[in-house]
Amino acid sequence: MSDVAVERQIDRSKMQVSKEVAIEIVNMNKWYGQFHVLRDINLTVHKGERIVIAGPSGSGKSTMIRCINRLEEHQQGSIIVDGTELTSDLKNIDKIRSEVGMCFQHFNLFPHLTILENCTLAPIWVRKVPKKEAEETAMHFLEKVKIPDQANKFPGQLSGGQQQRVAIARSLCMKPRIMLFDEPTSALDPEMIKEVLDTMIELAEEGMTMLCVTHEMGFARQVANRVIFMDQGQIVEQNEPEEFFNNPKSERTKLFLSQILGH
Amino acid sequence: MSDMTSPPKQSFKFSMLLYDSRYRGITIQIFVLVMVLGSLGWLAGNAATNLAALGKPLRFDFLGDTASYDISQRLIDYKSTDSHGRAVLVGLLNTLLVAFMGCVAATILGVIGGVLRLSNNWLVSRLVAVYVEIFRNIPVLLWIFVCMFTITAIAPQPRDFRGDNATASMLLNDSVAVTNRGIYLPEPLFSRPLGDLNLGIFNMSIELLVLLVVLFGGVYAARWNNARANRIQVETGDRPDTTWANVAIIVVPLLAALLAMGFHIGKPELKGFNFKGGVNMSAPLIGLWLGLTLYTTTYIIEAVRSGIQSVSKGQSEAAFALGLRPGRTMSLVILPQALRVIIPQLISQYLNLTKNSSLAVAIGYMDLVSTLGGITLNQTGREMEAILMLMAIYLTISLLISAGMNWYNTRVKLVER
Repeated sequence: MSDVAVERQIDRSKMQVSKEVAIEIVNMNKWYGQFHVLRDINLTVHKGERIVIAGPSGSGKSTMIRCINRLEEHQQGSIIVDGTELTSDLKNIDKIRSEVGMCFQHFNLFPHLTILENCTLAPIWVRKVPKKEAEETAMHFLEKVKIPDQANKFPGQLSGGQQQRVAIARSLCMKPRIMLFDEPTSALDPEMIKEVLDTMIELAEEGMTMLCVTHEMGFARQVANRVIFMDQGQIVEQNEPEEFFNNPKSERTKLFLSQILGH
Repeated sequence: MSDMTSPPKQSFKFSMLLYDSRYRGITIQIFVLVMVLGSLGWLAGNAATNLAALGKPLRFDFLGDTASYDISQRLIDYKSTDSHGRAVLVGLLNTLLVAFMGCVAATILGVIGGVLRLSNNWLVSRLVAVYVEIFRNIPVLLWIFVCMFTITAIAPQPRDFRGDNATASMLLNDSVAVTNRGIYLPEPLFSRPLGDLNLGIFNMSIELLVLLVVLFGGVYAARWNNARANRIQVETGDRPDTTWANVAIIVVPLLAALLAMGFHIGKPELKGFNFKGGVNMSAPLIGLWLGLTLYTTTYIIEAVRSGIQSVSKGQSEAAFALGLRPGRTMSLVILPQALRVIIPQLISQYLNLTKNSSLAVAIGYMDLVSTLGGITLNQTGREMEAILMLMAIYLTISLLISAGMNWYNTRVKLVER
């Protein structure tokens, strides 16, 4: 496993977990047809938490975080994001989606728009921000992810790592309170993984609430305050990173860790 | 920087023309070109000699002779004492008319059908699928026959509208008559007419010209209004609703112009054996139009569907995750990307429809093939000239459509690298 994030000194001063609840998932169940993908998920996320979700493929990690902004619909139980319950009510869905940012494995930038337009599209049409102001905000976040000079290029002209950083900037332009990451580094070369993880670490240092599905265990050790292990649609184990890696409780977790840390 | 050296000199032998990979291709191409040009020249020379021997060398002066046949469906004035050239022009305009009507109708139905084909509603999407599979797997000529015979067999005869015990009646407040000879629609009349403008080949009514000018003025003003809304959105973030303002900008001046010219509707009336007055869409025109439209729509449905599906699901997910609603996602994210897949297919369907319109000859619609390639050819015996002209005209139409659509395609093309 790449421990690329290790070299950097991480400033934990702002990574404070508050008492305030950001996301509350109670007894959530989901089926694809007959297939029971998520079973009795219970999860409370406090403001400022950095949670890493690990597990074998097909264990329901992605599906779980995709339920949080309703890219997937859950059939049983409740999900409450920032005090708003996710139901079929379009208003609630709109409200939650504009407060929760998301980054995808394949970046999903809009290829027909420039980098700057990618970043200003949602603020202009959803938040109704004047274009000039939206562009200023976009440039601010593009500077933060260190690619302001690419603002007028198209996504196809950028490397994978740059595209993922643009995707992060695009989400940040909506000023979200919670960020979801769905395997953000799985489609990248090792060098690019580092630049994306650095960006995510900076985000964590500023106190962003983050849920991150990833196989980057170095990142989990250093940045996360909690690691969740999922298997077959269930949360099998959750703990602080130190405990989780050094002293896993269930057999399934031990097997998983031995496989991914074994070489 | 590396040193500058010149590459080694190559020696050249004649055998390399056949055995060297660099020259072999060029040799073969030159050989084929000479053969093709030679055969074409031989064919053309042969045809010219034989036609001269038959006493009809390649000449186009037959176009000036009197046509002496009637064309009922026409866009410009024509009588049987006019020349063959004018008959050909009437035919060309009829071809363009049915091609234009067909392309417009097929595009509208195709876009609606394509979106419905992807509907989450099981019944709707299956119904569209069944329609597509039935209509595109049966030759278009049969559909043209079906549409034509539906009108001629099922619609009532004009005499059924007559008398106290009429079996048929006119629709929409006695203004539209559907008969087996065609559909008679009300025509626009003006009580304060402005006369006709003689454009040499045909006359154009000044009323129509005025209405077109007013309409384009209105559209231009509406675009200006949209630009203003964009400016306001850029500055304040809120976009003023332009829909009703734009409708008013376009409609009000148009209504004013119509009132000023004393616009009223002239209804078709039954006189003698047939309806008189009004605009006549003959049964063959409707049959051909419907047949071509229903057939071509299926291909446009598939083009629209494949275009929308070619945009990866991640695009709409990313847009949803940013809080965009489905409608905005479609118009701002999906369709701009789908168009680059849809338009090339649309070009070929427009070309197909235009060329398929030559099947008019089967149901007696007087298009280009029925006039120039039909009666004119038979009367004058000028088959070589007629066929060459037909090919040249269809080629020109097709290339013009293609050029126009390609110009549009480059405008919406995705800039990637």
